[in-house]
Amino acid sequence: MSPNIPRSGQGGQSDQLSTDHLLGIPDLTLQDIELIFRTADSFKEVLARPIKKVPSLRDITIANLFFENSTRTRISFELAEKRLSADVVNFSSSSSSVKKGETLIDTVNNILAMKVDMVVMRHPDPGAAVFLSKHVDARIVNAGDGTHEHPTQALLDAYSIREKLGSVKGKRVVIVGDILHSRVAISNIHCLHKLGAEVMLCGPPTLMPRHVASLGVKVEHDLDKALAWCDVANMLRIQLERQGGDGLALFPSLREYAMLYGLDGDRYRRSGKDLVIMHPGPINRGVEVTSEVADHANSIILDQVHNGVAIRMAVLYLLAARIPRDN
Amino acid sequence: MQAVPILDSKAFGLTVNRLCYQLIEDHDDLRNTVLLGMQPRGVLLARRIRRELGRILAHDEFLYGELDITFHRDDFRQRTLAPSTTQLDLSLEERKVVLIDDVLYTGRSIRAGLDALLSFGRPSAVQLLVLVDRRFERELPIAPDYVGRWVDSIAGQRVSVEWKEAEGKDQVLLLTSGAADERENAAKDTGHKPTPTRK
Repeated sequence: MSPNIPRSGQGGQSDQLSTDHLLGIPDLTLQDIELIFRTADSFKEVLARPIKKVPSLRDITIANLFFENSTRTRISFELAEKRLSADVVNFSSSSSSVKKGETLIDTVNNILAMKVDMVVMRHPDPGAAVFLSKHVDARIVNAGDGTHEHPTQALLDAYSIREKLGSVKGKRVVIVGDILHSRVAISNIHCLHKLGAEVMLCGPPTLMPRHVASLGVKVEHDLDKALAWCDVANMLRIQLERQGGDGLALFPSLREYAMLYGLDGDRYRRSGKDLVIMHPGPINRGVEVTSEVADHANSIILDQVHNGVAIRMAVLYLLAARIPRDN
Repeated sequence: MQAVPILDSKAFGLTVNRLCYQLIEDHDDLRNTVLLGMQPRGVLLARRIRRELGRILAHDEFLYGELDITFHRDDFRQRTLAPSTTQLDLSLEERKVVLIDDVLYTGRSIRAGLDALLSFGRPSAVQLLVLVDRRFERELPIAPDYVGRWVDSIAGQRVSVEWKEAEGKDQVLLLTSGAADERENAAKDTGHKPTPTRK
């Protein structure tokens, strides 16, 4: 038993985030990340109850602005918001006035004029969330800005590793595939480094960003060598939609990619280890991973999705706690 | 700068013992009643009561849980709230529940507890057991069913329930202003400052 059990409402450890918005992982301190994880633990328990809902955010209104397609992230955020009892408005660019030429600031300010407290935004342009946070009066959660950051994905990935392996510190994680176009990779690298893990990137040279040396990571072009090194393999999706043109500008064929950088059962067994398999989704079965690996006992792909709701509840709860209540 | 003992270790033990016998009077062998401790400090009393009941009744088949009420409080965004863990692996549907907390004061925690426990089903009845009832400061219409000790205190005073398991000694103290400040230094109430909204 802990010798210092706090009295009601008196947290012992730091129990507030150091930031008003979640724009990217570099804005978070290690204490922030640990606070988010502890809070997510509590929300995981809430999600296992017969009634999976708490009233904390009942006077908070959240707008989900998705200027880019998303299934999993949008549903995950929406469920998280509803399970916190927030009021939710959804908006996607295909059905909006953006098509009529309205600017981002005008669109968002029009929504805020209807008394919205928080904005969850996905946008195809890197930096869109930071830009918005400087120009509108609402708390911003970045749900992916182009090829820049996707902080809640990195948090849920690290949280899932912590859950599976007990801790993130000292673990070796290889991120495989399309690093160049991956906001998941950038956010993951920052988050894993803050938590004390070692990170390696693996993929064809054409899919490595030019500034890769500045990220403080190892780079390996041979997947078998990378797998021999790591404890966890995070297999990224090939983002054909970001390659421009006919979609295959950076490697010759999907088949060749799958042969060199896809993870199948044979390659998994050859590593001789109980590697933990992750994938941020959506999976191209047979390209990044085969069905055998995706559905393997050490695959935590569905745990990532499950944990995503708890992590997003924690982020929204902790950011909302910093919005003063006007009486 | 004054700490007046309300219960010393001996009286503390006798009081917990009496509460156990009162529970047995109303709930027989307690095999069909859920003991539900409230986080963070009520669970210490709930664990002690479970242990004592086990000794008296010579069985350990109690329906037991620990409930965190953080997400059900009415002062979210007015003060900093850190959640503890809820452990309740049974349904409360159609069961008798005894909610257990160390100190009953304004009644707001108990209101949140009543709200929180409804997420686990609709109990047939809910009772409240507290070690200390500060009966003159209630802000809500809530009354306990089992009380260890009534304390008539004024605003500015604080009741501190200390446990052998946590603080090294079983005792209840009434702290007046200066002493209350000192005791609270370790786990200070960090009433949070509103952050300015961005322009």
